[in-house]
Amino acid sequence: MTDSYDVILVGAGHNGLVCAAYLARSGRKVLVLEASDSPGGAAASREFAPGYSVSSCAQWLYQLHPQVARDLKLEQHGLALAARDIPSVLLDLGGRHLSVLGSLAEGAGLGDEDRDAYKQFHGKTLKYARLLSRVFEARPPKLVEADLADRFALVKLGLGLKLLGREDMSELMRIVLGNMYDLMEEHFTSEQLKALLSFDSVLGSRMGPRTPNTVFAYLYRRVGDVFGYDGVAQVKGGMGALGAAMAASAQAAGAQLRLGSRVSSIDMFNGRAVGVTLASGEQLQAPVIVSNADPVTTFEKLVGFRNMETGMARRVSQVRSAGGAAKLHLALKGLPRFTGLDEAQLGQRLVIAPDMNYIERAFNAVKYGEYSAAPALDISIPTVNDPAGAPPGCHVLSAIVQFAPLEPAGGWDGASATPGESHREHFTRLVLAKIAEYAPGIGEQVVASELLTPADLERDFGMKGGHWHHGELSLDQVLMARPFPGATQYGSGLDGLYLCSAGTHPGGGVMGLAGRNAAGEIIRRGAGA
Amino acid sequence: MKSASDQTMMLRTPFHSRVAAACELNAWGSWKGYTTPTAYTDVELEYFAIRSTTGVFDLTPMNKYRITGPDAEAYLNRMVTRDVSKIRVGRVGYTVWCNDAGQVMDDGTIFHLGDNDYRLCAFARAIDWLHWCALGFDVTVVDESDEVAALAVQGPTSCAVLLAMGLAGLEQLKPFGLTSFPFEGDTLTVSRTGFTGDLGYELWIAPDKAELLWDRLFEAGRPYIIKPFGSDALEMARIEAGFLQAGVDFVPAESAVRNGRSRSPFELGLGWLVDMDKPVFNGRRALQREQAEGSRYRFAMLDVEGNKPAQHSFILKGGKKVGTVTSAAWCPTAKTNVAFAQIEMPHGAVGDELVAEIYYQRELQWTRVLAPCTVIGAPVFNPPRRRAVPPGSF
Repeated sequence: MTDSYDVILVGAGHNGLVCAAYLARSGRKVLVLEASDSPGGAAASREFAPGYSVSSCAQWLYQLHPQVARDLKLEQHGLALAARDIPSVLLDLGGRHLSVLGSLAEGAGLGDEDRDAYKQFHGKTLKYARLLSRVFEARPPKLVEADLADRFALVKLGLGLKLLGREDMSELMRIVLGNMYDLMEEHFTSEQLKALLSFDSVLGSRMGPRTPNTVFAYLYRRVGDVFGYDGVAQVKGGMGALGAAMAASAQAAGAQLRLGSRVSSIDMFNGRAVGVTLASGEQLQAPVIVSNADPVTTFEKLVGFRNMETGMARRVSQVRSAGGAAKLHLALKGLPRFTGLDEAQLGQRLVIAPDMNYIERAFNAVKYGEYSAAPALDISIPTVNDPAGAPPGCHVLSAIVQFAPLEPAGGWDGASATPGESHREHFTRLVLAKIAEYAPGIGEQVVASELLTPADLERDFGMKGGHWHHGELSLDQVLMARPFPGATQYGSGLDGLYLCSAGTHPGGGVMGLAGRNAAGEIIRRGAGA
Repeated sequence: MKSASDQTMMLRTPFHSRVAAACELNAWGSWKGYTTPTAYTDVELEYFAIRSTTGVFDLTPMNKYRITGPDAEAYLNRMVTRDVSKIRVGRVGYTVWCNDAGQVMDDGTIFHLGDNDYRLCAFARAIDWLHWCALGFDVTVVDESDEVAALAVQGPTSCAVLLAMGLAGLEQLKPFGLTSFPFEGDTLTVSRTGFTGDLGYELWIAPDKAELLWDRLFEAGRPYIIKPFGSDALEMARIEAGFLQAGVDFVPAESAVRNGRSRSPFELGLGWLVDMDKPVFNGRRALQREQAEGSRYRFAMLDVEGNKPAQHSFILKGGKKVGTVTSAAWCPTAKTNVAFAQIEMPHGAVGDELVAEIYYQRELQWTRVLAPCTVIGAPVFNPPRRRAVPPGSF
């Protein structure tokens, strides 16, 4: 007699673990299957060179929902922060850096006018983010087949909009569909301030500052403020420690976790998901299957287009999930020296994106399947706040690099324009050279490096297109339209199959709400009970 | 050489030279962009050719799609409502297909030409949908509408005509059977199919052999009183035979603009084409729900009193409107006034007595009649020769 489960959850990413923990707490017998050897998904750490370990996907924590953290007792299960409320520093070649934390912006010769304008802008956008956060904390309401709860949610949303007051409401309506570039131009004169804020609006996505939806993406990121993060935070032991704490919490609640167990298919019988088949050939059954894989992978690869109706396959094929972010990890034999930064500041979030046009040009490349010649970077040197990640005296530099296509022409290991250099080597050199402009001499400190391209992220973290959010966070793909109409409210449109990944409402970013909301919906529907 | 005056916006079928020569009324209509005759000489005479001798209809404009590849059967099975695995090589199957909402997009026929090789004949243009359906399947879908010329040869003497033309052994072909013959260095494909409800065949040939085929056919058919017929005569025949016409009796679902105007197979009386034992096919989830919750409409074939066709009529029950007529004709052979109607549930069951509100005009005077009608359970024309093997020469 094999074990029987109420729920099989595919993928022990953070949303999967959060979902598993809530489902297990509701009394369901939950099995979580994870392809890799460690839990957490994008909340992962890995030794990329002997003695050097790094948060291998997400590097900052800035949106984890406090209720999720409390419900899962993450601190009890080992979650600790090495630092929090970390300022963001926009690097300047001449050392006149701009530092932003919460509503305070300083440095870079910022005038009083910009400083005040930023304070106001921060306050107003925080109001909008607060409204958004309330929508994020529940399942997205359906518009057409709205039940009582949906109608209530819509009324609440409308009321929330109204309560912003006439002026703020119309301002939100005016800007929310727009682009960050125009908004920045309206508000500020400092190129550096405009660049830093607009960089936040394109991180992890395939958008430039002039792309519509970037204002929404910026507000999305600012939801972290509502959840108690003034600046970014750094997890002690790397993001993998968060994944481990979530796994421990889910297991303590009774969920079983099997690592190294890749699910190769979600098995359908008579139009209903009834189980999964592992890469090993092993088959497992449960009345409820929850997929934490991204929606495109879930429907196209795991279920298979031929097992669903054409309209659904068409919707899935139209989900925009191409990412544009790469990751660079450097093992350094000493602490790098950045022009104009003291040692303590090296533990802060360092951004290379001198002005909005720089970011826009960096983005241009990816539109044509190329990587940026001058990329924009979000840099963390985690070993400043948490020395355990590297041998004594040594350091790790981790950078989010934008922009890079899923595959350049010929593939990442194909030849670049520079003789004898693959695209991967060429891009690594470009990024390193860019960092060296701000940290002269860093090249000599590098003992090992690793570039994770969107293709690598797709493979290692099971994210279609290498997209952080499992699908672009644009207004056509949020709320009830996430991941696509017909598969909203965490149901998949297929009986017995639910979704809980970042590809569902509200989206990704190590927030935990997709997993929590999905569990809530499964419990509400009485599935697997 | 084509002269400038020959160039029109309308397409011409490969039979056009012969069709035009025979079309004495010069009555042309548009069918999928092709110029096609609504009538050649006299609608009644053309109709009686179908029913008494042999009628020939140019059906080249019909949309024809070739589906090949290792997943061809699985692909079609997911797309259409019936079980395609039951259509063996050399057979033809009538079916409908739905969108995800379980609403009929079209009806048509699937020709199983060979292993992993099918032809789908459809009323509506469907190439975009066929490509969407191919996601996840190893199939090739080609629109061969313009690469295959086709003639329907229908009527009691049709088999005799084709035998006279040299298609030896054709009498053994069963209804919905498919066979082929060498024809002038090409292949002539013949299926025992049609849209008239009578004994009849459809001939499929490369366009450059089309005129030759027409000539041979009419030469062989002369002693059997062969006649070309247009779409008006076909309309009478198909109503008499109980066949629905897409775009007339239902709005193809993906072209319906208004909410609620499309219909499910159950609502069109085509539930027999839906095989719920198949685990996945387009519309299955919605149709399952409809089976549980009930349909909105029922397709009803009506025997209408009198001889005034109930075209566009309201259907009343106890003075209240319960439906509308989609097709209607006085059927000469069956001597019955037939109408197809969409009736709101729960009305319209076989035997239900209803009233058709018919408006007609005689010499500029409009008259309204309330004609009693009865829902009938089977087409009024369904002769044994339609199924007989061999069919006899009549």
